[in-house]
Amino acid sequence: MHTEIHIDKDLCIGAGQCALAAPGVFTQDDDGYSTVLPGKEDGDGDPMLREAARACPVTAITVTEPTAG
Amino acid sequence: MTDLTDLTAPTDLTEPVAFPQNRTCPYHPPTGYDPLRADRPLTRVTLYDGRTVWLVTGHTAARALLADQRLSTDRTHPDFPVINERFAAVRDRRIALLGENDPKHRTQRRMMIPGFTVKRANEMRPGIQRIVDDLLDAMIAQGPTADLVSAFALPVPSMVICALLGVPYADHEFFEAQSRRLLRGPKAEDSQDARDQLDAYLGELIDRKQQDPGEGLLDDLVREQLNEGALDRAELTSFAVILLVAGHETTANMISLGTFTLLQHPERLAELRDDPGLLPDAVEELMRSLSIVDGLMRLAVADIEVEGTTIRAGEGVLFSTAVINRDEAVYTAPDTLDWHRPTRHHVSFGFGIHQCLGQNLARAELEIALRSLFDRLPTLRLAAPAEEIPFKPGDTIQGMLELPVTW
Repeated sequence: MHTEIHIDKDLCIGAGQCALAAPGVFTQDDDGYSTVLPGKEDGDGDPMLREAARACPVTAITVTEPTAG
Repeated sequence: MTDLTDLTAPTDLTEPVAFPQNRTCPYHPPTGYDPLRADRPLTRVTLYDGRTVWLVTGHTAARALLADQRLSTDRTHPDFPVINERFAAVRDRRIALLGENDPKHRTQRRMMIPGFTVKRANEMRPGIQRIVDDLLDAMIAQGPTADLVSAFALPVPSMVICALLGVPYADHEFFEAQSRRLLRGPKAEDSQDARDQLDAYLGELIDRKQQDPGEGLLDDLVREQLNEGALDRAELTSFAVILLVAGHETTANMISLGTFTLLQHPERLAELRDDPGLLPDAVEELMRSLSIVDGLMRLAVADIEVEGTTIRAGEGVLFSTAVINRDEAVYTAPDTLDWHRPTRHHVSFGFGIHQCLGQNLARAELEIALRSLFDRLPTLRLAAPAEEIPFKPGDTIQGMLELPVTW
């Protein structure tokens, strides 16, 4: 099981804090909404992934870590 | 026998601290807030009109509450707490975005966000650099002394927001003066009249854009929203007012106060010169430390439990960003400037749905302005004793009133 990133686009206000904190994983689409870069759906082991989720002002990003075993 | 010591003993019934207060040093919270810093996560304070409201002081509680939509930003509500009589005088005027709750806020915000992404802010960097370079050329040509506020700190964001919105910079003396009156009066009537004048000016500008569209965010909004019926003229005008005022007043103060702070901390400035890669973190740390927008206002529209305390529906809730950003539980030695600390998660741009729309643009402007200023003028220094340089009173955006410099 891989790390999974979920972005709630109904909550997203396009502040861009995820793209600022972890530009290797997150970007903003043409409408300004947060989106995960192609191929980075599992977070790519980015150490800033959790920081990016915490930076979101509306808690739109959920990161699910794989369970041990 | 009365025991006289009882009369002077500490009691829970002490008078709440007055909020806001003037700073003693422009880059530190007022010393009068010391009792607030010892009273987290929230406490009671007294406003100018004698009303007592909650003041949030703890970082964790602040993030939770700023993201809590049971706190309203609709200032037209009669119970909405305001921090001075100038705000009270214009509370009946609608403010787009910041003055609206969801779902209306969400609709408005979604119209705006494509223009304010990290990518858009980065695309604007070359244009910002040209503006900064031209202003520095002009300032240096007139040197070797200047008032950094009028020669640099104010015109940089003013020109940038004009270019972004499609507002003619030729009108800057007018709209800068009205923004100043709106925020700082001095009288309540000044704020009312300034809002009227800004509404009239921007309303006419929107009419002209309908006849003769140009290039700018306001032109896009006229084309895509006004002409399509998604926005009416009054609503678009209130967008224009908040974008224009918030777009230049805040960043101008960060440039002036940021420069003053760096000049007062030569060892931190030297560190930046040695390693320019520290600049983005330094800008973030300056925003945390300076907390220029102090005293965010909300009204509870339902009961809210916060770390064992109940905020009741109808009560006013204020946020002191200066106190929250110096919460010892989150920031080690919070009164010290430190480019190496994990300084993100400060609340200087707010938090929750109203977090600053222009924050990515502000970061780009601050990085370019501060780097270019100190690169071009390595001998920059104050041209007057630091303690004699005037700064703004506590009930408005914090910053320098003037900043005499030489090089």
